[in-house]
Amino acid sequence: MGAQQHDKHDHHGHDDHGHHDDPLAEYHVSYKGYFVGFLLSVILTVIPFWLVMAKVLPADMTKLIILAFAAVQIVVQMVYFLHMNGKVESGWSMLSLIFTVVFVAIILAGTVWVMYHMNTNMMPVHDMRNMVS
Amino acid sequence: MQATQTLNADGSVRFYDDGSHHPQQGTLLGFWIYLMSDLLIFAGLFATFAVLGRSYAAGPSGADLFDLKLVAINTAMLLFSSITYGFALIGAQQGSKKLVLSWLAITGLFGLAFVGIELYEFAHLIHEGANWQRSAFLSSFFALVSTHGLHVSFGIIWLVVLMVQVNKLGLTVANKRRLMCLSMFWHFLDLVWIGVFTFVYLMGVL
Repeated sequence: MGAQQHDKHDHHGHDDHGHHDDPLAEYHVSYKGYFVGFLLSVILTVIPFWLVMAKVLPADMTKLIILAFAAVQIVVQMVYFLHMNGKVESGWSMLSLIFTVVFVAIILAGTVWVMYHMNTNMMPVHDMRNMVS
Repeated sequence: MQATQTLNADGSVRFYDDGSHHPQQGTLLGFWIYLMSDLLIFAGLFATFAVLGRSYAAGPSGADLFDLKLVAINTAMLLFSSITYGFALIGAQQGSKKLVLSWLAITGLFGLAFVGIELYEFAHLIHEGANWQRSAFLSSFFALVSTHGLHVSFGIIWLVVLMVQVNKLGLTVANKRRLMCLSMFWHFLDLVWIGVFTFVYLMGVL
């Protein structure tokens, strides 16, 4: 890790040091980047809408496909619009992002999993009330 | 700052701290961490919708209520506002105050269109009796979608304030930093919207 850091600092060395005053310098914004991100986003949005509105495929398969498209589009916008990479803020942005994504995945998967079982297990109560009355 | 040093195998001293400086201030990283905490709010709301989104209480379902054409137009508005905000940043990089202000104004208009269409949709739903008290599905729907809409609305207020500041003070370092923060906020909201239109609207209709 030490050697990596050393490398990075060296790399930084021949960068313009005046850049540190300019908050925009670390994020390389360009027309090309935004156009590519925009085009990809349009494609990744139009296809799911078309799949659902035209009812092209069976519902279950459509669900999986549009979730996959959403995941890809989120990554595309992260890269092209939010300029996310492992180098921004010396990697701390990426680190906090990875932590949050893991956290969110646990919240979502855990909630759905637990509540699904709760639902299933609570069902007999209904039947028992019918038996009493 | 303390220098960390170790001895290499051949006995020469090796410095890991070469004296290169740290970022002057951590505003952008701090703002990013705020956005991550905001993501947790949305994760909670998404999880709630995942659990309650099919509990219609004998009321209307997503397939009965959602107008996907309207949602598609709304999605387009946010996507356009994303690319126009990018153009404002490029204007800032080129040092053109005029470009920044014009693209920010256009971004704001797209944002307003988004909020306007969403409010129209909400009014339509409530008028049909599908308000947030109708069913668990509608409660979680309104909680999630209006939290996103509120974020966009505050983003527009911020955008107008920033336009006033850029107009008054010019493209100073502080204003460029603020532009970057709002850029993250704005694109982050577009990101959350991908989740909303996929998970709530498209899957709600299926």
